[in-house]
Amino acid sequence: MPLALELDGVFFGYAAAAPVLRDVGLTVDRSEFVAIAGPNGGGKTTLLRLVLGLEQPDAGHVRVFVDRLGYLPQRAQSGVDAPLTVRELVTAGRAPRTRFLGPLRSSDRAAVREAIGRVGLGDRPDRRLTTLSGGQQQRAFIAKALAAEPELLVLDEPTTGVDAEAQETIGALLQQLRAELGMTILYASHEFGAVERFVERLVLVRGGIVFDGAPSQLPGVWHDPSHAHA
Amino acid sequence: MLDLEFMRHAFGAGIIVGLLAPAVGFFLVQRRLSLIGDGIGHVAFAGVALGYLLDLPLVLTALVVSVAGALSIEALRARRRTAGDQALALVFYTGIAGGVVLVSAAGALNVNLFQFLFGSILTVTRSDLVVIAVLGVAALLVVGVLYRPLVAVVVDEEAARVGGLPVPWLNAATAALAAVTIAISMRVVGILLIAALMVLPVIAAGRIAWSMRSTLVMSMGIGLASVLVGITVAYYGNLPPGGTTVLVAAAAAVLSGPLGALRGR
Repeated sequence: MPLALELDGVFFGYAAAAPVLRDVGLTVDRSEFVAIAGPNGGGKTTLLRLVLGLEQPDAGHVRVFVDRLGYLPQRAQSGVDAPLTVRELVTAGRAPRTRFLGPLRSSDRAAVREAIGRVGLGDRPDRRLTTLSGGQQQRAFIAKALAAEPELLVLDEPTTGVDAEAQETIGALLQQLRAELGMTILYASHEFGAVERFVERLVLVRGGIVFDGAPSQLPGVWHDPSHAHA
Repeated sequence: MLDLEFMRHAFGAGIIVGLLAPAVGFFLVQRRLSLIGDGIGHVAFAGVALGYLLDLPLVLTALVVSVAGALSIEALRARRRTAGDQALALVFYTGIAGGVVLVSAAGALNVNLFQFLFGSILTVTRSDLVVIAVLGVAALLVVGVLYRPLVAVVVDEEAARVGGLPVPWLNAATAALAAVTIAISMRVVGILLIAALMVLPVIAAGRIAWSMRSTLVMSMGIGLASVLVGITVAYYGNLPPGGTTVLVAAAAAVLSGPLGALRGR
């Protein structure tokens, strides 16, 4: 399977602070579903931001071998004060692929519709975001990340702050995306439970990569919450 | 009122300004850069002063200096070397101080600067109107062409960057649009008040609209109505049109609160 991304000897620190990541090496194949787990402050988000090109490593290399990236940031929320409908939010996600001039092409409209449908909001595309529940809003943001038909989908804590039912829905959706579209998925979470069942590979990040393998092979000691903060 | 040529010019310029200012301000408000218009307005004052000193058309010198100032603010902000408000303060005060020094050097301190600060319905000449119309229509077209990518940037700048949109260019375009808006609006609304016309209609529309697009369209409608009413009141009351226009827009922003609440928002 061809590579989707590769990190090699990556060091990174935010200005003047202690390094957040030390000597990180990671390769992810296309169509892999990888959970990035670890304690808060362990460097999960930083690792994702390096992959996305939002941060540059102090040393080492980050290479991404796919063209289209989709990104769901942590605690995603619309940056705007104006009322925003689900369709407008998702269309914003499609913007990198639409032509500048003229109305949306029918293929763009279809992609937006499909993304909204995939997350189960097909019956309410014109509802304002603020009138939706937290779980529905999160699904709308996932649809936004899907709208440009990404080859690599990067999600940062997508299930934090949403109820158990929404977590299940999101997990099932990601599984389906990978099975049907062959999407490569990086999924960061500080909660193991929400991701463990959906992935066959788990990368544990705590200042560096301390475990990389099947969730079932994860040493019991890492399941201990007290250890995560040690 | 419309028999008078200067009033036809004032209304012609007012229609362009009333539509353009909220259309550009819409993106500034969503990015929480509402006050950038004020900063660029002060820079425009230096441009007016430079026009006096060099005996050049004032709208054009204001335009050039405003665009340069706006792009400087954006560059300082984007490189994160200076916080947004500090970048704004630096350019803002340099602009107004430079303007005072240049006006004085031009020996023009006795010129009626009041009309540039607060607008005047008497000062829009035919050639001004041509410049305002050409630049205004061009700026509205740019907003129309860039609408989708600009919305993507205001909704989530980092996600837009990850998706491959040319975010620094889009931000520079927004800053340049703001500068053009201010330079062509100063005759009608004045450089101290133009920022209000970029912000207040957007606030008013945001409280009663049902979507992003309807907010934009309604804010342009409120901006247009504010200018038309403002110029009319200014004519009959012998008042500066900048003041009357902005008071109408402010009233719309205040009234939109209860109106939005009535509609159950």
